[in-house]
Amino acid sequence: MTPRSDVLTESRTKRGDAGDGRALGARITRVDGLAKVRGAATYSLEHRPADLAHAVLVGSTIAAGRVRRVDQSEAEKAPGVRLILTPDTIPALKTASNWLGERPSEGPYHALTHEIGFQGQHVAAVVADTLEQAVEAARLVTIEYDVAPAVADLRDSRAGAGTEVEAMTIAWGDAEAALEAAPAKIRREYTTPREYNVPIEPHGLIAEWQDEDHLTIWEPSQWIAGMARTYAEWFEIPYENLRMISPYIGGGFGSKALAYSYGAIAAQAAKLLGRPVKLAVTRPQTFTAYGGRAETRQEIALGATLEGKLLAIHHRAANETSTTGTWVERCGGTIAIMYATPNFSSKHRVVPVNTVLPSAFRAPGENPSAWGIESAIDELAYEIGLDPLAIRLLNYAEHDHQANLPWSSRQLREAFAAGAERFGWSKRSPAPRSMRAGSQLIGWGVAAGTYPMRRTPGQAIVRLLADGAVEVLSAAIDMGQGTYTILAQTAAEALAVPVERVAVRLGDSSMPWAPVGGGSQLANLMVGAVHKAALAARDELIGLALNDPKSPLRHLQANTLPVGDGRIGDLEIGAFLAAIGRDHIEVLRDTFAENGKSADDPFKTYTTITGGRTTTDNGYSAHSWCAHFIEVRVDEDFGTVRVSRVVSAFDCGRIFNPKLAESQWKGGIIQGIGQALLEEGVVDRRHGRVINNNLGDYLIPTNADVPDIEVISVGVPDFHATMLGGKGVGEVPIVGVAPAIANAVFHATGKRIRDLPITLDKLIG
Amino acid sequence: MRNFAYRRAGSVDDARRAAAEAGAMLLAGGTTLLDLAKCGVAAPETVVDITHLRGLDTIAHDPSGVTIGALAKMSAVATDRGICAHYPAVSEALWQAASAQLRNMATIGGNLMQRTRCAYFRDPVAFPACNKRNPGSGCAAIGGVTRNHAVLGTSQSCIATNPGDLAVALVALDAEIVLGERRVAADAFFLLPGATPQREHAIEPGEIITAIRIPVSAAACNSTYLKVRGRQSYEFAAASAAVGMEFEADGRTIRDIRVALGGVATKPWRVHAVEAVLKGQELSPEAIDRAAALATEGAVIHGDNRTKISLVQRVVARAIINRKPRGIA
Ligand SMILES: Cc1cc2nc3c(=O)[nH]c(=O)nc-3n(C[C@H](O)[C@H](O)[C@H](O)COP(=O)(O)OP(=O)(O)OC[C@H]3O[C@@H](n4cnc5c(N)ncnc54)[C@H](O)[C@@H]3O)c2cc1C
Ligand code: SF4
Repeated sequence: MTPRSDVLTESRTKRGDAGDGRALGARITRVDGLAKVRGAATYSLEHRPADLAHAVLVGSTIAAGRVRRVDQSEAEKAPGVRLILTPDTIPALKTASNWLGERPSEGPYHALTHEIGFQGQHVAAVVADTLEQAVEAARLVTIEYDVAPAVADLRDSRAGAGTEVEAMTIAWGDAEAALEAAPAKIRREYTTPREYNVPIEPHGLIAEWQDEDHLTIWEPSQWIAGMARTYAEWFEIPYENLRMISPYIGGGFGSKALAYSYGAIAAQAAKLLGRPVKLAVTRPQTFTAYGGRAETRQEIALGATLEGKLLAIHHRAANETSTTGTWVERCGGTIAIMYATPNFSSKHRVVPVNTVLPSAFRAPGENPSAWGIESAIDELAYEIGLDPLAIRLLNYAEHDHQANLPWSSRQLREAFAAGAERFGWSKRSPAPRSMRAGSQLIGWGVAAGTYPMRRTPGQAIVRLLADGAVEVLSAAIDMGQGTYTILAQTAAEALAVPVERVAVRLGDSSMPWAPVGGGSQLANLMVGAVHKAALAARDELIGLALNDPKSPLRHLQANTLPVGDGRIGDLEIGAFLAAIGRDHIEVLRDTFAENGKSADDPFKTYTTITGGRTTTDNGYSAHSWCAHFIEVRVDEDFGTVRVSRVVSAFDCGRIFNPKLAESQWKGGIIQGIGQALLEEGVVDRRHGRVINNNLGDYLIPTNADVPDIEVISVGVPDFHATMLGGKGVGEVPIVGVAPAIANAVFHATGKRIRDLPITLDKLIG
Repeated sequence: MRNFAYRRAGSVDDARRAAAEAGAMLLAGGTTLLDLAKCGVAAPETVVDITHLRGLDTIAHDPSGVTIGALAKMSAVATDRGICAHYPAVSEALWQAASAQLRNMATIGGNLMQRTRCAYFRDPVAFPACNKRNPGSGCAAIGGVTRNHAVLGTSQSCIATNPGDLAVALVALDAEIVLGERRVAADAFFLLPGATPQREHAIEPGEIITAIRIPVSAAACNSTYLKVRGRQSYEFAAASAAVGMEFEADGRTIRDIRVALGGVATKPWRVHAVEAVLKGQELSPEAIDRAAALATEGAVIHGDNRTKISLVQRVVARAIINRKPRGIA
């Protein structure tokens, strides 16, 4: 097996701006950026163990039914083929517990089954010496099915009403009565299609067994501990025997936090063959090997005074889930907290259809929820003749009405003000269709977004080395958001060393625990953990300086012993360590006290999602906020929509690195442009198959679709939210973009589109 | 592993001979061929690499027209000064096609031979029925998702759209496809599906495209290509039009006009009816609208592609307006 120092060579790159002396908060270029653009950063799937075999999956071409027979005789004869796994031949594993730590069944787990629940479901896997051999042999596997009737999607007439998810019900006051009595009201339906994460780096893994019960998995992972647990449980090996390695991640957007069945298949093949096996899903398989955002439907009724003050919000939502499991795309999140209303009612249903189980995609829940309420409030504004910004300020929620708690901080009013000012909102001509340039209708729209602050403890090791360098070690991950960089900044700040002297090592289950890199929590939580560990290391250094019998600094007092610039007192830290006969100081700290539910069970805390604090558990309700101001140009004849200007203001608390945060915000906004105008899994209802399962047909924005985007930070340090005052940065920027664009399209054209994406046929059809 | 033979053609004749053999396919930029091989549509037994043939990538202007070698890259033709000056529709069609990376790889000859983007055509494992791929097997698209399928030139066997941009400009400008000694008018080079949708081009086994010839004309000099699509770049046309116009000395009466449509038909679609009603007429908004309405004569809607009809009419009208002389209302 490759030693760890090889694995993480790239992450030891030491770079950064040492000059400003205030590392945390500095605008530092990502430390792994250069290695990435040079191709020097080795991603998990680029690992090349000797004797690697390649696995290729065969997918179902029916949406529901049973595999009657798999004929592998031709494939077996193909050159290079070593193993073919089918529902008939795949050995059973143990059923792993889910992300709540619950084991759905005590029975066996089969990664390939005869029962087919959706198009593209893996039916067989072929392993060969080369990828090309495996691809060709996979084509030769023929499968006979007994076809059963399928439900294609949420809009399929056979889909039915599904079942209510009682835990999602939110209510206060009497929304129905208040709505009935309200002088102004609207009732509308808003829908979003299936959307896919489509990260450019494919999903997949390399599985290598060291012996009977030691397995190493190289796999891009947003959640090292969670995925490692799943693999360990499947194969019934101790967690410690499972090594999960994910130094870099080429995009995940929520889709790389769980171990999926293809992982079990590859690891099983590696075990059966006694050699390492690589399995990378193909681009079409990224639409079926794991789920994207579920299709949603929301019916929203708003009741208000004639002046536009909300009296009631009534909300009924549903999302599709798979017949193979339950995913709740929680549509009641944003709508319950964004505006002040005395009466509120929200209920949610899930409707099983024949699709792969949907999963998390950037700002799960909050995103479609904002699509609904931020469209509806806009419609209400036009209905009663109010400015869309004015109605939002009029109904500003001064506290969290759902939890009945004060906000930890809410700079949304400031965000509206800063965004409106930079955008020039006051110059807007109120009537729809009143702004144009030639054949282009111009429209301005506004919408708000929010995302809750989740909190889970983290652990980090900080090491002071003899050469004065600092190392930070954690199983946290960096999927491009900049974890390597801000953790280096954090240690540099606490230890008063230049950032370039700090090396950060991440993405390895043999390192200290870290929470999932999802839900916009990782950066803040790991900054907290590293800061704590670094301060402790500093304390230990000072303690040694004052107390160690060999210390040349023993004559000093704590208050006359400066630590900074890589020095303690007048000595280099390295020279000091040498003087006392140490080659390093190492400190491990965790933040159970700050962010844990309980410190009893770190394993459960880190390998499930049950160990963290809620958004409201300290008497404050903690969320990030944003306001998007967007200009669109719509060609009147063609119905083509182009986003021509975006100004967005964010309250994400304290910002640890503005350059990285701005990248996250812009990336989220761009993904929001895709959601608004382009992204849609197109389902052939006759077959229940998504037919645009490639990047030529599943459209995401190109550079030409992205205008200049101006982002503004209006946040203030929020110590009720997190230890060092930051709030989540990564998820919130996509929230509210689609409704801001739809609102702008309405302002431009007078046409209200309530079904995403806003395609030209909906505007001129 | 599916093996194939690789041959590097030493001359045009060599390439012809090799291409005549059963199972042989030419390889130019490879951006279509590799794509189709990966999705299981193309399975050549021999790949005949023509990229090293000398003298086939030139762009030669002469007083009566231009000859573009089949191996000229899309990007080279798009930026050629003579093309931009005398055949702007050609340059604009290429600029708006595919992506920068693809344009740098792909050739003019390969471009004309690209296949439809019909999703059912490109997914043989899930959709065995496709008359274009497998004659007589049926058409999986009819009754399915047909938003991007053709409204013009369809048959009961196939309703797939020809996706190319360049071809539309060539058809409008009366270009010829040069197949060695033989020349075929661009319009005749692309075939209607009829009962044989597998045959898309008037090219025989053993023939290769050696060049494209575009004649000089005033209409070509005053031509444009307008492409409309949901995404600003890197998407095939929802509807497009190539228009070239020549005016009388009065600056408003149309002496010559050429109009062809893309993204809406089973082949690049020349619309003589539109040309006929405008020829000799003074340009006016009414005349344009009346003419544009004729662009979709005979259109047949399949499922959810209705929008293409009104859209392409508007595209034609706008393209004409974009090419009208200044000062005309
Ligand atoms: C993602 C994507 C987006 C695209 N978008 C567009 C678009 O918007 N508009 C557009 O117009 N096109 C688009 N294309 C198509 C692209 O323009 C073509 O793939 C390209 O022009 C083909 O040229 P090539 O040289 O790579 O052909 P190859 O792939 O080498 O060949 C294509 C076919 O032509 C045959 N062939 C090649 N040269 C000759 C010759 N001289 N004589 C006879 N037969 C020959 C080959 O045998 C093969 O069958 C897109 C392609 C992709 C992959
Ligand atoms: S439309 Fe043509 S290409 Fe598409 S499936 Fe039908 S026959 Fe095949």
